[in-house]
Amino acid sequence: MDDIQAILNNMLRIAVDPTTAAVAIAVIGLNIHFGYTGLLNIGQSAFMLLGAYGMAISVTQGWPLLVGVIVGLAVAFVYALVLGVPTLKLRGDYLAIVTISAAEIVRYVGRSVGYEKLFNLTGGAQGIPGSRYRGPFSNLSFFGNGNTTILSFNYHDVSDSPVLRLLGWLVVVGLIILMVRVGRGRFGLGGYARIAAMIGLGLVTAMLVFFLAPVSQQNTGVNGWWFTVITWVLVGISLMIVLGLTTSPWGRALKGVREDEDAMRSLGKNVFAIKMQALIIGGLFGAIGGMMYVLPGSVQPDAMGRNLTFFCYTALLLGGAATIWGPVLGSLIFFVGRIGIIGIANTYLSSDKYINIMNGQQTAQFAFILVGVSLMLLVIFRPQGILGDKRELRFNV
Amino acid sequence: MSETTTASGLADPAARRQLMSEVQPEPGSPKPDSILKVDNIVRNFGGITAVDVDHLEVQRGIITALIGPNGAGKTTFFNLITGFDRPTSAGQGAHWSFDGATLDRTSASRVAKSGMVRTFQLTKALSRMTVMDNMMLGAQNQSGEVLAKSLFKPFWSAQEKNIEAKAVELLRRFNLLEKRTDYAGSLSGGQRKLLEMARALMSDPKMIMLDEPMAGVNPALTQSLLAHVQSLRDEGMTVLFVEHDMHVVRHISDWVVVMAEGRLVAEGPAETVMSNQAVIDAYLGAHHDTDLGDDALLTDATLEQLEKEVAEEEAEREEERT
Repeated sequence: MDDIQAILNNMLRIAVDPTTAAVAIAVIGLNIHFGYTGLLNIGQSAFMLLGAYGMAISVTQGWPLLVGVIVGLAVAFVYALVLGVPTLKLRGDYLAIVTISAAEIVRYVGRSVGYEKLFNLTGGAQGIPGSRYRGPFSNLSFFGNGNTTILSFNYHDVSDSPVLRLLGWLVVVGLIILMVRVGRGRFGLGGYARIAAMIGLGLVTAMLVFFLAPVSQQNTGVNGWWFTVITWVLVGISLMIVLGLTTSPWGRALKGVREDEDAMRSLGKNVFAIKMQALIIGGLFGAIGGMMYVLPGSVQPDAMGRNLTFFCYTALLLGGAATIWGPVLGSLIFFVGRIGIIGIANTYLSSDKYINIMNGQQTAQFAFILVGVSLMLLVIFRPQGILGDKRELRFNV
Repeated sequence: MSETTTASGLADPAARRQLMSEVQPEPGSPKPDSILKVDNIVRNFGGITAVDVDHLEVQRGIITALIGPNGAGKTTFFNLITGFDRPTSAGQGAHWSFDGATLDRTSASRVAKSGMVRTFQLTKALSRMTVMDNMMLGAQNQSGEVLAKSLFKPFWSAQEKNIEAKAVELLRRFNLLEKRTDYAGSLSGGQRKLLEMARALMSDPKMIMLDEPMAGVNPALTQSLLAHVQSLRDEGMTVLFVEHDMHVVRHISDWVVVMAEGRLVAEGPAETVMSNQAVIDAYLGAHHDTDLGDDALLTDATLEQLEKEVAEEEAEREEERT
């Protein structure tokens, strides 16, 4: 029971981690590209990396944080324009080729050491250590110092018996299933009622989870509550914006472009402009995600390469493309699930207490293998993702 | 159908006949009030000339049918004038105008905005969207489609309500109202044709261009589609449509334009154009009534005669081309 509890604690720590939330923001952007507009952008990591570079370099040059954020967004904006102008008039496949190549170009330029002025800014493959640009953001914190445990009232206060916690986890599983059903539009809830129900259930579930596995972190330090709260607030704001955009006539036009560009032209819509707007909006979300992703860590071009783009796609497909909540749910499941598998493998397959058949490095690889297999199974048996509408797939031509 | 009370007065068949009786039944003839004027449009695909139209005018307020054998270039011609394709002769004298506005360099979306809306031979329903969403997309000048305003509902909610009411009315007219929450991909082929036509009407077009609206539609539905097309005309809209079914053409069109091998070969009222020698030649071949089993054909004199005819025809074509 203690082993399981330790694994669950780790999973929960990842679930509230700011990097998970940061990737969720980038996936929300990717969802606008791929889910709503049908733009196959395989280079979301470049938007993240450019946003991160823009902010980090500006701050290390002594500019204020706000200016850094604006620079990061501006760089991503220009990058989207440069990518979009030549490719968005062509068929979708070309955008895929160009985005993945451009993302690699951005990464290689970032890690290059040939040009000294550039190297001084980007730090080459070593990147920019977080301590050089994190200061202004940490200083904004009004959380004070010291540690805080979420939910001061937790299971220790009731009883330490494993039975209570086991029961509690079963209730959590039940709540999550209920949330998924509500998210898919069961129980006749729609529109704002559904959103309210989702938020309410989410809060109850989160409280119960923290009751069962209290997470204790620094208030302001690296990876502390300040970073966590701000990043998740940004996730919430992003969700609100996407909800507003996709339920507007503009969002309807996005879906129209995804379905048939010629039909949209025959209805008098400027398809190129709509696609460009979508590319820019999704790219800006990617840039914000990139900034939040590097704040607790460091800007390392190699950590934000193709892998990260594929993580984003995995999370998006898991949660369900073209859904509001899919990107967040997918990111949570992807990161938490991976840590869970690593934890289980470390505990049961890599210790003398149970079976010892792999070392620590192999358990991480084992986790990726399982994630890959489950993604394949998902695409075969539930291609619309967890929250997707099954009806939409039937007409996928 | 009421045949007396409309804005244009062209709901009355006699009035239409009267109007078109003054038009010369020959290719490229001028019309009393033409909404679409096309000059010198050529489209080559490699060495093949798919479309080569010198001059065409389409009369406002009536139904004009564009017919011709397979491969005559009707759909290509549609694509060219609606901006989905560019003529090879662009910049070299190609010129076409709609309702007084020049369209030589206009993109497909601008053409649609100017009031000339088309449908497609293979219907383009937006499958993974509901029928209602399909309809709503057809409306023009939606302020909610402007990105800056889309986040703020007060800017567009009133307009959205009007559009929705209009969409409901059109769906009711096209018998699709009970399907409005279904995905467009779940509709039958004929219902998709109806949806596409209804969607095109959402933009209040001045002229609607239907590319084979009856293809693949069952006879019962054809009747209602025909009625819809006629009622559009009676409301003052101009209709240009491509069709293969001669019964349909004869039944509803006020004027017929015949294309063959990319050119206009004949124009005229439906009753007379079918008996035009050029039309019969285009559909059946110039020597269709020659008996191939007749030994008389094998005499040298006949063969020489045929060769001469072929040479003359080719020379004539060469001349026209240069």
